[in-house]
Amino acid sequence: MAAGAPMGAGNSSRIYKGSGWKLLFPSWIIIGIFLLAPVLMMGVYSFLTKEFRGGVIWQFSLDAYDQFFFDRGLFGDEPPRLEWTYIGIFWRSIWQAGLATLACLLIGFPTAWFIATRDPKSRSTWLFLVTIPYWVNLLIRTVSMKFLIRDTGPLNEFLLSIGVIDAPLGLINTNFAVQLGLFYSYLPFMVLPIYAAVERYDFSLSEAAADLYAGRWTILRLVILPVVKPGIVAGCILVFVPSLGAFLAPDLLGGAKTFMIGSLIEEQFKGNAGNWPFGAAASMILLTIVMCVLLVYARNQNKVEAR
Amino acid sequence: MKKLLATTALALMSLTAGAHAEGKLSIYHWFEYIPQELLDKFAEEYDVEVTMDTFDSNEALLASLKAGKLGSYDVAVPGDYMVKIMRDEGMLDTFEPSELPNFGNIEDRWVDVEFDPGRKSSIPYQWGSTSFSVNKDVYKGKLDSLSLIFEAPEELKGKINVLDTAGETLTLASLYLGIPQCTSDKAQLKELNALVQKAKPDWASFGSDVAKDVLVSGDAAAGMIWSGFSAKARAEGANIEYVFPKEGMIVWMDNVVLLKDAPNRENALKFMNFLLEPENAAAVTNYAQYTAGVKGVSEFLEPEVANSPESNPPADQKGVFVEACPEDVQVLYDAIWTNLKK
Repeated sequence: MAAGAPMGAGNSSRIYKGSGWKLLFPSWIIIGIFLLAPVLMMGVYSFLTKEFRGGVIWQFSLDAYDQFFFDRGLFGDEPPRLEWTYIGIFWRSIWQAGLATLACLLIGFPTAWFIATRDPKSRSTWLFLVTIPYWVNLLIRTVSMKFLIRDTGPLNEFLLSIGVIDAPLGLINTNFAVQLGLFYSYLPFMVLPIYAAVERYDFSLSEAAADLYAGRWTILRLVILPVVKPGIVAGCILVFVPSLGAFLAPDLLGGAKTFMIGSLIEEQFKGNAGNWPFGAAASMILLTIVMCVLLVYARNQNKVEAR
Repeated sequence: MKKLLATTALALMSLTAGAHAEGKLSIYHWFEYIPQELLDKFAEEYDVEVTMDTFDSNEALLASLKAGKLGSYDVAVPGDYMVKIMRDEGMLDTFEPSELPNFGNIEDRWVDVEFDPGRKSSIPYQWGSTSFSVNKDVYKGKLDSLSLIFEAPEELKGKINVLDTAGETLTLASLYLGIPQCTSDKAQLKELNALVQKAKPDWASFGSDVAKDVLVSGDAAAGMIWSGFSAKARAEGANIEYVFPKEGMIVWMDNVVLLKDAPNRENALKFMNFLLEPENAAAVTNYAQYTAGVKGVSEFLEPEVANSPESNPPADQKGVFVEACPEDVQVLYDAIWTNLKK
């Protein structure tokens, strides 16, 4: 079919015309096997009947979603009310992830700005320094954080020895510790995309704005932020989404006292409950929330581009 | 060319057969529960290639076998109630006592057990107890009651770690209240729910694999723990005492079971027989610091393991096995647990 087409540098798209879908095959296989199939399976499982102690019975059921949204009392004999337990767990996870994202943004933006405004030679050194801790496994880093902040750990011993405090701070097993863990785990995911955006920023724009009597705050708000916004949004998504499903930090630093989305789902498959359809339903609901966040982002992006 | 390939393949096959062991054995075991030297010893004695995967809870073992791993392992090491569950689910193969020459080495009281009457599918591995330990520097009072965990004294408030499994924590709570396990009595379940809800603010953390670590580091001044794990914490320098509560404690036994569809049934039986040798059972005990259910181990035990206070409860100590509840009751306990951690 491409036999009669003229050959030339500008016509590469024509050469591949008609066979393009074949070239896409590898990516479709990847998407199919690693994305669509697992999600589809999860979706199907969430609508099946649970088998006691794990497993499913191939029979359609809405029980999993019913359990998520309706409370019929401990013994199931009360009239249904809205179930706050799981919504509460989701809300707490979203809140935690949101706070971690905010903290990463507040520290990550100035950091990225600092790196992007160094001279080009030293930039790579700074970036290298940011990524060094991430060569170590996340579990090890989280445990190390635990060792650092525990009541008998170096942080407290140092502060006690110089007399700043007279009793250990009691940081471990608190929400603050979980926040610290999430912040530390995901900070580079914020720094790197913002750095990429700031690096491309043309600083003569700031000079032009200053020439037009814009103050520092105005320049930041009206000139810089709109330009680097895609980097900020990408960073926020990259921090928010993994924080939402995190269970290492809540378990190790927060003492596993309360379920997070991640540990709630884990419990359905590995724990006593053994309720696979419910675990699948909770995952589907989480997936829906994440998809909504990403869709809002994509729509905003489209609007920006259309402008 | 074809012929050359075929010859090479044949030569290779005979080579690998020569280099490889006679047979294979695939074990599914708890983490840190068998010394590597013992596995090597078995591999050498019987010329068998041994592979082992590990799990960290009875429930994880069940989940993994249910998700399709049955048929790839020969033996596993479930706890007492999980043996019953796996038997009821048809996941276990049976053997005749005559197939294990060392069957007679099983201590008499562990032969006719409720979870596997007459030992048709399992042999004892190790047994121990679940209770709690208290740091004697922090709390100087009397150590004899589960109230220290469930109605904590001032010194221990906010410094308690509890096991992150519903089965163990809720069973100890039931023992404290004196209510039966797997009850469907509404008043009793509400009482249980109220007890753990009231106790939770005094608890610093939930964790099973960290149970030893938090006691050694001092993050927790009291913590639910398994007997052998507590002995190890003591050996690592924690000034703790393992408590034998007057209300009772959990007694458990881990067992080596013959799995259904075991790919190497013969080697599995050899391995089970091997573990019933007193010397080998003692090697596990010396490593894990629990107690073997096998006759004649004492001469092979290290004295500090044999005499450890954790493994030698008072003669009149009450102990119960965790029961496997029926489905309609189990959901109630699941709900109490979720409610506790929401």
